[in-house]
Amino acid sequence: MAEDVLAGAPESGPAPRPSGSGRPFLDVRDLRVHFPTDDGVVKAVDGLSFSVERGKRLGIVGESGSGKSVTSLSIMGLHKRGSARISGEIWLGDDELVAADPERVRRLRGETMAMIFQDPLSAMHPYYTVGDQIMEAYRLHNDVSRRAARKRAVELLDRVGIPRADARVDDYPHHFSGGMRQRAMIAMALSCNPQLLIADEPTTALDVTVQAQILDLIVDLQAEFHTAVVIITHDLGVVAELADDILVMYAGRAAESGPAVDVFTEPRHPYTWGLLGSVPRWDRERSERLLPISGSPPSLINVPPGCAFHPRCPYADRNGDRSRTERPELVEVGPRHLAACHMGLEERATLFHDEIRPKL
Amino acid sequence: MTAPLDVPGAAEQAVPEAVTAGMGRAIEGRSLWQIAWRRLRRDKVALAGGVVIVLLVLVAIFAPLIVQLLGHPPLEFHYDQIDPDLQISPAPFGGISREFLFGVEPVNGRDIFSRVVYGARISLLVAFLATLVAVVIGTVAGIVAGYYGGWIDSLISRTMDVFLAFPVLLFALALAGVITDGSFGLSGDTLRIVVIIAIIGFTSWPYIGRIIRGQALSLREREFVDAARSLGARTPRILLTELLPNLVAPVLVYATLLIPTNILFEAALSFLSVGIRPPTPSWGGMLSDATHWFQIAPNFMLFPGLAIFVTVLAFNLFGDGLRDALDPRGR
Repeated sequence: MAEDVLAGAPESGPAPRPSGSGRPFLDVRDLRVHFPTDDGVVKAVDGLSFSVERGKRLGIVGESGSGKSVTSLSIMGLHKRGSARISGEIWLGDDELVAADPERVRRLRGETMAMIFQDPLSAMHPYYTVGDQIMEAYRLHNDVSRRAARKRAVELLDRVGIPRADARVDDYPHHFSGGMRQRAMIAMALSCNPQLLIADEPTTALDVTVQAQILDLIVDLQAEFHTAVVIITHDLGVVAELADDILVMYAGRAAESGPAVDVFTEPRHPYTWGLLGSVPRWDRERSERLLPISGSPPSLINVPPGCAFHPRCPYADRNGDRSRTERPELVEVGPRHLAACHMGLEERATLFHDEIRPKL
Repeated sequence: MTAPLDVPGAAEQAVPEAVTAGMGRAIEGRSLWQIAWRRLRRDKVALAGGVVIVLLVLVAIFAPLIVQLLGHPPLEFHYDQIDPDLQISPAPFGGISREFLFGVEPVNGRDIFSRVVYGARISLLVAFLATLVAVVIGTVAGIVAGYYGGWIDSLISRTMDVFLAFPVLLFALALAGVITDGSFGLSGDTLRIVVIIAIIGFTSWPYIGRIIRGQALSLREREFVDAARSLGARTPRILLTELLPNLVAPVLVYATLLIPTNILFEAALSFLSVGIRPPTPSWGGMLSDATHWFQIAPNFMLFPGLAIFVTVLAFNLFGDGLRDALDPRGR
């Protein structure tokens, strides 16, 4: 494959697409996912846009309830019809998924896009062997014999690093350790060579020592298959390790997005500062306490007016009333680097360098 | 670089996991059924119930052979055993003897033993088939209602409510009057058996339907269902291969507990002469006949009653044990 060359390149800009439509491989535009409930409309995702090229890894970061998982389920088309109101556009290659026929989206699931779940034990069926489940996934989209599918399952298990794959293929999920189950889950997701892989907190349920192995595996496989990867996590350490781009979500909207390096070294949103400040660092003195973000995540039924982050933002008073009344739009603060904040860019840069960074 | 993929490296990293898992293999992994069987084997009461059930099934299957060896044909009259004045056996204990193990019926002197043995056939056949009908309808309705939810759930749930509120016995009495021999191209005992199975099956499915609906309701939220959908599985496939295997245990348990209920139901219908018509022997029918004689020929009522009692008890004990054995939390 010719595009493989691009896989390792750090910055390829708008990568050429084989289909030639000039659109990124996964392109989410103004996505809104609302759930009508008795208490009011829950605006889980409210105007979110982002894109991922093939061969790239996007990390979506945010607190619980910021809309990360809802976004991933919308892309996969897994929301129950009737309970969720979805609008906006989700382009996957040449398919628009929001308005698409559910049967069309079902075909794309597994074949073009696949998902890795948080807890591999509950995501695998307890009654079937690991091999059966991988074969099942493969045979859903490929008309092959059981023998061929079994061969594929063994190959995949071997590829994801299960020792003695030809023997373990007949084991049940509960015979596997947590790390091996997540490997098997990855094998299942990759059985049809999907071009988009969504990993929803893939390492949260795992032992820290296994986390790094699983992340390495995802990176390896992504490079090998030239897949677009979306990793959803609340762990900044995870995205720091493997994301090309980062999207920071707050209350169903993007607070900041951009290349991982820029977001980590020159963040331009007070919420991102807060996230960075609450991460334990091994290279700092132990005496300093972590800096939590004060307050709690906002209600998604009554999202605070203006900037949703203003009740928790220590700098909200600096703009008069703007933060309380006017919603900040995402503005370019650097190359491909966007942030939604009313504070002046210069002011933020100074604040970050003088007050925030020394404490990180 | 990432280009030459270090598969051996990946395998190496996995060694700690593999070691622990390898030790687990020595202990030998057990499936849910093996675990359930081990627990069931320790439950002597349930096991006794199971043994009695097996014996009863064997008795029903080999009824002709047993009767040939130990009794007389069930429809054969033995006036020589009956006192013409009293209309019952002149011998003590209703004529219990080596030749007539349970004594003889009043009036016509039929062999009670043979009739009880043959009655097992009707009772078990009707109970099993009616339970099968109830389980199939109940499972399908419950799984569909629970998985789809919304108006489909409302429709099915209300239908169940209607069936549960139905005055079944009155309906059965009326139906028995309406259905004449030769309806549906069937006649005689076959027609009666089919009608009883239909009545019992169609009235007991909502019980199992409600249980399965509840289970499906909680199962559909489980992550493996989402995982299957994320791989592109169609809905029928999810219902059959993802949900159904998880429902086997409750279905099995409920079925073993439904069978005794249905045996009693069949007996009640036959007692009310809605069920099997004489002279074909059935436990309920025999009880019905015996009501006129129980003061002077108690054995006529005792043995069919005992048969019902033992059968129902055996199924209930076995069903309870099975429930305990299949409950993953009931260790």
